[in-house]
Amino acid sequence: MQALTTRAKVAVNKKMTFMERLYLPAIIGGMRITLHHFFKKKVTVCYPEEMRPFSPVYRGYHVLKRDENGAERCTACGLCALACPAEAITMTAAERKPGEENLYREEKYASVYEINMLRCIFCGLCEEACPKEAIFLTDRIVHTDYKRSLFVYGKDKLVEPADKDKRIDVSKRQTKSVLEFKSQPGFAHNTLYTKALKA
Amino acid sequence: MGLSVFIIYKAILVLIVFSISLFMAMYSTYAERKVAGFMQDRLGPNRAGPFGILQPLADGVKMFMKEEIIPNVSNKYLFILGPSIAMFTSCITGAVIPWGTSLHIAGYTFPLQITDINIGILYLMAVTSIGVYGIMIGGWASNNKYSLLGALRASSQMISYEIAMGLAIIALVMHTGTLSLRNIAAQQSGWHWNVIYQPLGFLIFLICAFAETNRTPFDLPESDSELIGGYHTEYSSMKLGFYLFAEYINMFISSAVISTLYFGGYNMPFVHRLGLSPNLEAILGVIFLFAKLCFFIFFFMWVRWTIPRFRFDQLMGLGWKVLIPLSLFNIGLTGTIMWWFHKI
Repeated sequence: MQALTTRAKVAVNKKMTFMERLYLPAIIGGMRITLHHFFKKKVTVCYPEEMRPFSPVYRGYHVLKRDENGAERCTACGLCALACPAEAITMTAAERKPGEENLYREEKYASVYEINMLRCIFCGLCEEACPKEAIFLTDRIVHTDYKRSLFVYGKDKLVEPADKDKRIDVSKRQTKSVLEFKSQPGFAHNTLYTKALKA
Repeated sequence: MGLSVFIIYKAILVLIVFSISLFMAMYSTYAERKVAGFMQDRLGPNRAGPFGILQPLADGVKMFMKEEIIPNVSNKYLFILGPSIAMFTSCITGAVIPWGTSLHIAGYTFPLQITDINIGILYLMAVTSIGVYGIMIGGWASNNKYSLLGALRASSQMISYEIAMGLAIIALVMHTGTLSLRNIAAQQSGWHWNVIYQPLGFLIFLICAFAETNRTPFDLPESDSELIGGYHTEYSSMKLGFYLFAEYINMFISSAVISTLYFGGYNMPFVHRLGLSPNLEAILGVIFLFAKLCFFIFFFMWVRWTIPRFRFDQLMGLGWKVLIPLSLFNIGLTGTIMWWFHKI
């Protein structure tokens, strides 16, 4: 039979020699090792000041994107909530009033859009389901808090700022295969990343 | 020296030694955590102040703010007496240690030692023995089986190791011919450190010092993992702080005693060649003693974060079957060598 591990050692119950029974050489050997570690480079990352680099496709908490004119892209179709395996997303749809064209891109929009970050498993299926390129996962981390209710993120936290300089960059999530998928004719109405593909 | 000058000088010296003991104990807790961190490839506390040097203050504040719990079934007076004894005995041991030679100010001579009793070593042994009572009383008064087990372990361990420690000191006293710590320190000027003449005695003393201060590998009275803190399981707030603090003061004093008995105390080789004024030389001596002492404090921590603790039967076996015969052999050896060189 093949051995299960290469690290197996045969136990020997031999009497310890005098040097072994002295203990002191072994202790000194151990102290040499700890002293070596004393001067070694430390592995600690002092978190808020220092951050470990994230994976380029890291899935942190969501952003609701705006289009190039600053209007919200979300049309409250509910596909993200449907796709969500953790049932973390809820939304209330509302109709766009005349004069709100600069606020909402489509005729229907989400007046309430909430994601429960304690339920969310950050799988990214909402992003995949979204036909409007409105929701993306970002490299931002959900911060700790004292109340459960504070983990239900509403539009105040999810929608990106209208200011062009303060937009949340999610281009890192647009890998080559994602962009290829989005170049299908059915996605022609989206301009956010399909334009970048053509360029 | 007039009485008033004498009293003021002694009061100031007591105050300085007391506050330095507390300061060193405070920063030993910080150093312990730093050393532990560094030896485990971590950084240790580094948030409170630069490099975390305010950590002991934060810990102290935390200790004071904690709820003070005295168990219903405990013996209340003994429960309070335990940590008080532990703290008291560890504070008074610093009285006989010669911290330096003497300062000469305005025609007076001020020895840098609180009191030079001619049986300084016996005083040290006696006071550390009383220290066991603090642990025993605390463990017994808690009325908790883990505490009692811890206290039992502590008392049996400390009594066993005190014998070997005493016997190691007897060999040293045979060599030095005095029980006064000041004379022992003064004899070791230059490179005549006792560790050269008493290497075996030093080794035994060092091992016993680890056992007496309840440090790893002999920290069975506390053994966090098996006895949930041992004798101080039921303690909280500053009474727990007193126990922990007493342990660190003990470590500080043990390091001072080891440096004084075996490593020349305040003596600094070649310092006489520098031709400094006696006062400056005395202050340099104090600094040199503290350098030795800090090394030993580091050594205590170094050992703690290297080796695991002994099993209880191994501990007692080592004490009774190895260290005591070995220290008796050391006494015989010392006597024989002294007889050979016609010193007696």
